[in-house]
Amino acid sequence: MKHLKYIIYLLFVAFVASSCRENDIIIYPTENNVGDKLVSNYLGLYVLNEGNMGSNKATLDYLDLSTGVYSRNIYPSRNPNLIKELGDVGNDVQIYGNSLWMVINMSHKVEVADAKTAVSRGHVDIPNCRYLAFDGGFAYVSTYVGLPNSESVLGAVYKVDTASLKVVDKCIVGYQPDELVVNKGKLYVANSGGYNGMKAIGYDNRVSVIDLKTFKVTNTIKVAPNLFRVRNDKYGRLWVSSRGDMKRIPSKLFIVENDVVVDSLDSRTDGFDFRGDSLISYSGRGAKTKFKVIDIRTMKMVNDDFLKFPTDVPIKTAYGIIIHPATGDVYVMDATNYVSSGKIYCFDKDGNYKWHTLTGDIPGHACFLMK
Amino acid sequence: MKLLSIGFLLSCSLAAFAQTIQKDSITTIEEVVVTARLPLREIVPSQKLKGAELERLNSQSVADALRFFSGVQLKDYGGVGGIKTVDIRSMGTHHIGIFYDGIELGNAQNGQIDLGQYSLDNIGEISMYNGQKSAIFQPASDFGNAGSVYIRTRQPRFTEGKNYNLKLKAKYGSSDLFRFSTLWEQRISTAVSSSLNAEYITSSGKYKFNYRRVTPNGEVAYDTTAVRENGDVRAERVDLNINGIILRGYWNAKAYLYHSQRGIPGAIVNNVWRRGERQGDMNTFVQGRFQKDISDRFSTQWLAKYAFYRTHYVNRDTMMLPIDNRYWQQELYLSTANAYEIMRNWSASVSYDFRWNKLNADTYRFAFPTRFSHLVSLATALDLKWMKAQVSVLGSFVHDRLHPRTEFLEEVTRTNNINKFTPALFIDFPLVDKLYNDGSSATFSLRAFAKRSFRMPTFNDLYYTDLGNANLKPESALQYDFGVRFDKRYNKGLMRNFHFQADGYYNTIHDKIIAYPKGQQFRWTMLNLGKVHITGLDVMTSVSLQPMKNLLVTGRLQYTYQDARDVTDKADVFYNDQIPYIPYHSGSAIVNVAYKNWTLNYSFIYSGKRYNQQENIAYNYMQPWYTSDLSLQYDFKVCTTRMRITAEVNNVFDQKYDVILNYPMPGINGVVGFQVEL
Repeated sequence: MKHLKYIIYLLFVAFVASSCRENDIIIYPTENNVGDKLVSNYLGLYVLNEGNMGSNKATLDYLDLSTGVYSRNIYPSRNPNLIKELGDVGNDVQIYGNSLWMVINMSHKVEVADAKTAVSRGHVDIPNCRYLAFDGGFAYVSTYVGLPNSESVLGAVYKVDTASLKVVDKCIVGYQPDELVVNKGKLYVANSGGYNGMKAIGYDNRVSVIDLKTFKVTNTIKVAPNLFRVRNDKYGRLWVSSRGDMKRIPSKLFIVENDVVVDSLDSRTDGFDFRGDSLISYSGRGAKTKFKVIDIRTMKMVNDDFLKFPTDVPIKTAYGIIIHPATGDVYVMDATNYVSSGKIYCFDKDGNYKWHTLTGDIPGHACFLMK
Repeated sequence: MKLLSIGFLLSCSLAAFAQTIQKDSITTIEEVVVTARLPLREIVPSQKLKGAELERLNSQSVADALRFFSGVQLKDYGGVGGIKTVDIRSMGTHHIGIFYDGIELGNAQNGQIDLGQYSLDNIGEISMYNGQKSAIFQPASDFGNAGSVYIRTRQPRFTEGKNYNLKLKAKYGSSDLFRFSTLWEQRISTAVSSSLNAEYITSSGKYKFNYRRVTPNGEVAYDTTAVRENGDVRAERVDLNINGIILRGYWNAKAYLYHSQRGIPGAIVNNVWRRGERQGDMNTFVQGRFQKDISDRFSTQWLAKYAFYRTHYVNRDTMMLPIDNRYWQQELYLSTANAYEIMRNWSASVSYDFRWNKLNADTYRFAFPTRFSHLVSLATALDLKWMKAQVSVLGSFVHDRLHPRTEFLEEVTRTNNINKFTPALFIDFPLVDKLYNDGSSATFSLRAFAKRSFRMPTFNDLYYTDLGNANLKPESALQYDFGVRFDKRYNKGLMRNFHFQADGYYNTIHDKIIAYPKGQQFRWTMLNLGKVHITGLDVMTSVSLQPMKNLLVTGRLQYTYQDARDVTDKADVFYNDQIPYIPYHSGSAIVNVAYKNWTLNYSFIYSGKRYNQQENIAYNYMQPWYTSDLSLQYDFKVCTTRMRITAEVNNVFDQKYDVILNYPMPGINGVVGFQVEL
């Protein structure tokens, strides 16, 4: 009998030995030197990681270009008093003036911080906010929820004073607007209608044009179902990507000039960035991921297998791309399986692999910090 | 020792009778052990909680009670209305079968049974089996899970000269919790009795929670307390049973209705303290069971069930896109189990189950899936003096049919027929089985089992959006277990009862179904990607002491070690890491002190460190949590009417913790209750 008593004691010991609760200490960044120093007007690269919905794991990473040190999750330690850290689902990051603007979609806010220190200046409450554009001292933020109608909810663009961080105006656009861009005094908003694909209404296919003087929609341009990205090229034209309907209509790329669709490219495009006269895009998943180079003057694809990934670290889920304006280096963000650390890869201007490092969960948005 | 199955029934009621006496006079009359017929005998015993022991736990639902079983991890989203599911030995919720009064509860839509919806109010016994219930005389479905939980409602029992029992129970507690239940048991004839149990629960679901972080030098970085919102629940439940005894057999019929309206509180994230998701449930089923020994050798059992579940999901959060969806599920189940005793110590069984599931929804382009499942089991049991063994094989034949308009992803084929054969082997060596002259006894046995099982992809896995992925394979589990069991009973002295059991196991999960976004937004796809290796140890021990007359102390201690590693792909950053939400160490302890009419119960639950995502890094680290619950019960009589007053305090030390990331659990909370038996 005695030895059985000892088993009970042993079990008690096991309980005691297993660790107890401690204080939760604020999260500090983890650093990794990627061994690549670039001295230019560009000091660093901010990477906003989305984090899986509900996990509250939107995180901000920073690559110091001059030292090559990549720091993961810098926001909590620089803003220790911010309750529940940066928030849930980071969706866009941009610098305007001296401020770093971060759209935190499921925290229904735009977080504004000092661009150099990443110390918070405050936030703007905007429900279900998506993407950013700036012009003349104002920030424009697209949101999925603007005006409920009988079928669904129309999206909107909020106008925010960048000095006071106050919402000053709101303009209703199409369904589930995503990216938006300012071009010649007008704001172009790509409406996706992404959630309507699961309803009888179907995808949205319009770009809403807002006159910035009156902040009213003055025109809508019919493009293709499920619009996503809209960017300016150096010739003042707009490049608009559509995701397609996932069934019959494939993803495509369109060029809009003077509010008219002037050309299109039958090329599946999930994301892209410009370098000189080239547009570099990515699409697909896993081994089927394609990195294409398109000459924006001729609209011809000049390379459909641009980046050479090392075989031991293949890309899983290309989720974002950004190009160093000075060196032409290409940074590709990999969301891997969406619920573990992502990766960022760096390639030189010829597409040769330089390095990669781990990021937060779902890296997809980035911007450069200038001197 | 061969007895009729009526004897088995008798043993149940005798055991119950023994317990009632035990409660009143606090003597230790033990259960009358009647050996059942071989096909009914279980080779590997289960973990059980029953009767008074179950009543004394500070548990509201079946889910709370299951926390005291070794090898079980409860996923609890917090509050009365939060979803509660169980995972046995890290194999995943979908591998667990939950049986309510003998028939498996199904949810073909998402495979999840929210155990928070099953009240403990009228439950007589909860038992849990690893592998399967190792009695061969059972439906084919019972052979099909990696682990099973059996919930049995209380059997009516009547004292001499009384033809009815009436019980009224009311509880009031924190979060504006109010529960009221009645139980009416009626003897209709000598062979037929009925019970009607109805319960009403309401709660605002509001409780305070706290999130706090400090700087490395100990200063408070933030410390915020808020009230949990949108966690309100209102539920009604009616459970009607009619039980009958026939010559060498019995039958029962059951009707169950559960209706609830609840808020889904959602995750607490930065800048979001309230959400607007609501869910309405209406779960009903009727089931019947008939069992008879046709001859001394041949026994048969017939089961039938029809279930209808309605779920209404609404998102009224103005910051989100509105959702208003209704789902209707139906299930028809028919089963026959037949056992034959070939020789005194050798028997065999054959069972066949048919199950039909249908899911309808009012979402756009819904696939309207229908599933036809045929299950056939063959089993044999051998009972030798030195060894008991059981072998079974289950054949599962599943066919899905979809709405003809359903469109599929390009790379996917249309048909989805699954045919699988899954074997199991259970062995037990009773090394010591002694009954001494003074009435004390000792048993010691070794046991082992190996079992293969699988889980079907659910309708959600397969047809979540308007695009189908019928290419999913079933997720399969393979288990090896080796255990020991020791029991000792004394008739006098301080120690009255001692029980110890320990099991070591190794499980593997293949083709684990994992959700992956399609790369584009709004679209998810399910893939057979995961591979998990699980090594674990479950230990359970209990002891009863009687230090003096009228004083009985019982203790129960349970410990679980689990090492569950993701071994899907060496290239993953989480390769060889512990899978999410599985603590390495977990356990529980219960101490119960009964003195005259007073009963004091203390229970402690511990869950060690774990990670909320696949990668075992600091960002995904979750603190251990442990809670202490206390309850005090006083039984008394006014004239001849029995009454009981209870007071419970849960989470006595007010620990602020999350079981699931960003779903805060209640701090200290209490309940008072009053019960009258007429």
